[in-house]
Amino acid sequence: MAILLIADHDNSTLSDATAKALTAAARIGGPVHVLVAGSGAQPVADAAAALAGVDKVLLADAPAYAHALAEPLAALIVSLAGGYDAILAPATTTGKNVLPRVAALLDTVQVSDVVAVHGPKSFERPIYAGNALQVVEVLSAKIVATIRTTAFEAAGQGGSAPVEAVAAADDPAVSSFVGQEVAASERPELTGARIVVSGGRALGSREKFDEFILPLADAFGGAAGASRAAVDSGYAPNDWQVGQTGKVVAPELYVAVGISGAIQHLAGMKDSKIIVAINKDEEAPIFQVADLGLVGDLFSVLPELTQAVAAARG
Amino acid sequence: METIPDMKILVPVKRVVDFNVKVRVKADGSGVDTASVKMSMNPFDEIAVEEAIRLKEAGKADEVIAVSVGPAQAMETIRTALAMGADRGILVRTDEAVEPLGVARVLKALAEKEGPGLVILGKQAIDGDNNQTGQMLAALLGWAQGTFASRVEIGDGEVTVTREIDGGLQTVRLKTPAIVTTDLRLNEPRYASLPNIMKAKKKPVEETTPEALGADISPRLRVVRTSEPAQRQAGIKLGSVPELVGKLKEAGVL
Ligand SMILES: Cc1cc2nc3c(=O)[nH]c(=O)nc-3n(C[C@H](O)[C@H](O)[C@H](O)COP(=O)(O)OP(=O)(O)OC[C@H]3O[C@@H](n4cnc5c(N)ncnc54)[C@H](O)[C@@H]3O)c2cc1C
Ligand SMILES: Nc1ncnc2c1ncn2[C@@H]1O[C@H](COP(=O)(O)O)[C@@H](O)[C@H]1O
Repeated sequence: MAILLIADHDNSTLSDATAKALTAAARIGGPVHVLVAGSGAQPVADAAAALAGVDKVLLADAPAYAHALAEPLAALIVSLAGGYDAILAPATTTGKNVLPRVAALLDTVQVSDVVAVHGPKSFERPIYAGNALQVVEVLSAKIVATIRTTAFEAAGQGGSAPVEAVAAADDPAVSSFVGQEVAASERPELTGARIVVSGGRALGSREKFDEFILPLADAFGGAAGASRAAVDSGYAPNDWQVGQTGKVVAPELYVAVGISGAIQHLAGMKDSKIIVAINKDEEAPIFQVADLGLVGDLFSVLPELTQAVAAARG
Repeated sequence: METIPDMKILVPVKRVVDFNVKVRVKADGSGVDTASVKMSMNPFDEIAVEEAIRLKEAGKADEVIAVSVGPAQAMETIRTALAMGADRGILVRTDEAVEPLGVARVLKALAEKEGPGLVILGKQAIDGDNNQTGQMLAALLGWAQGTFASRVEIGDGEVTVTREIDGGLQTVRLKTPAIVTTDLRLNEPRYASLPNIMKAKKKPVEETTPEALGADISPRLRVVRTSEPAQRQAGIKLGSVPELVGKLKEAGVL
């Protein structure tokens, strides 16, 4: 099986998600080529070449790929697809946007959010917000799949793959980039963080979210997340939403504050190693999955906890 | 405001297990038990219907067509869309479980027949959690795609879509006709009023089949088995912050 893995990056840094998807690719087996499509993305190609288990890096460097627009990127991937049996990408918003387009052009369906590889054409994935797991076998010749990164360890360093330039494909020229608002943050990236502190509707306002959740996240040196209710109400940015239809996280420690524990939220965090729940309702469903529960009012618990954590970490 | 002449919007709506239901896996591992559970319109599709109706109300579109691919009962889902304000419906009847590629092929045939300026889909059906159909339809039609939309603005021969992406928001401009898929923050769908539910019963719904549309819905995947995920055990409840901190130290995370 020759595998083409689509790199996830911002033209300067290769995301950790790619290294995790690489581990899934290795489970399938066969030579793995990584496609870096971007603009001024040589540093990304170099980083991909240094990952253990990469046999070759293909670098398509052109302005059309600067923002990972689905139309030109899918055209490029399809132009290269002939040489591969499987095309994979991490299940980031870029992978989810582009890969189904590729699959349809290759006359196949995509296997979304792969959490385990059972055989070269056999994959496990969650359905119904993770309330069921399904093993599927791909019947078509080519495999197209996105990889849920929380299910795989990142591949290590130590590779020295050659980087080969590949030509840009014809741009369908039906879409153009207008702008991007990406907030820079000092905190670790949500999906890769070791500790995540998430706040829910109970916070009541953006000010309270900032005043109570962020200091606890910072005391832990962790990332901040949110429930859908908190995001919808404008307490936290949309890309902090943890859940079935937001981000999936599996940190060593997940702290859910003022979150009831709806199945859609659990879908995004129930594979965390340790779950702590702080909620004033002792019947809240979140306690059914929490290892450590504290029944109480978050507005009195959090300042004390933040101080204690800061003290413990010195 | 100027009406764009003949601007139709096609809205695919899927009948799924209601989001409040916690499904059970059948004992024999053959699938998920959906026999007697509450079914509803996929929540992302309600957002899609709402967006289409708002565009019509703003004079940016003149007809909203709701389409569902599924069994006879999918008629209920179409009626819900009609009660919200869609103008007519198309039920593409099949008792097969159709994969996203198959649905996209059906929708392609309908798009070629109806000539919509926009197709607005949900980003994800909450049963299969695939998040594929809109992107696939865009591919098959050769159209542009604006996925995970939190804002849609119609212009002359183009649509500007703000997308929810990892890290923030991205805005793209697409030539129309185009595909849009909805994210949660695009709008808040309305409830259908009783008079509108009554009116919806009289709105036209055409019935057809994938075969009649010439759409290949044959599967590309074989489901080997379905299983229950490992259940987490409820842990312990603690009385105070110092106890919690003590446990976190024991566990080695502090
Ligand atoms: C299609 C669809 C997709 C969805 N996707 C997601 C998703 O990806 N992620 C997600 O999170 N949700 C998602 N949801 C929403 C989900 O169903 C819930 O509505 C949401 O998770 C609830 O958020 P919450 O727990 O913050 O709010 P609530 O359910 O309102 O819970 C608030 C909790 O705070 C507690 N509380 C109140 N005051 C205090 C206090 N002072 N101190 C301590 N505790 C307090 C209450 O006891 C309660 O348990 C989705 C829903 C749909 C329909
Ligand atoms: N059987 C169906 N009938 C109508 N629309 C569908 C169907 N399946 C999927 N869709 C549309 O495609 C979107 C994405 O679905 P999926 O790719 O299955 O996650 C849904 O939100 C619907 O808008």
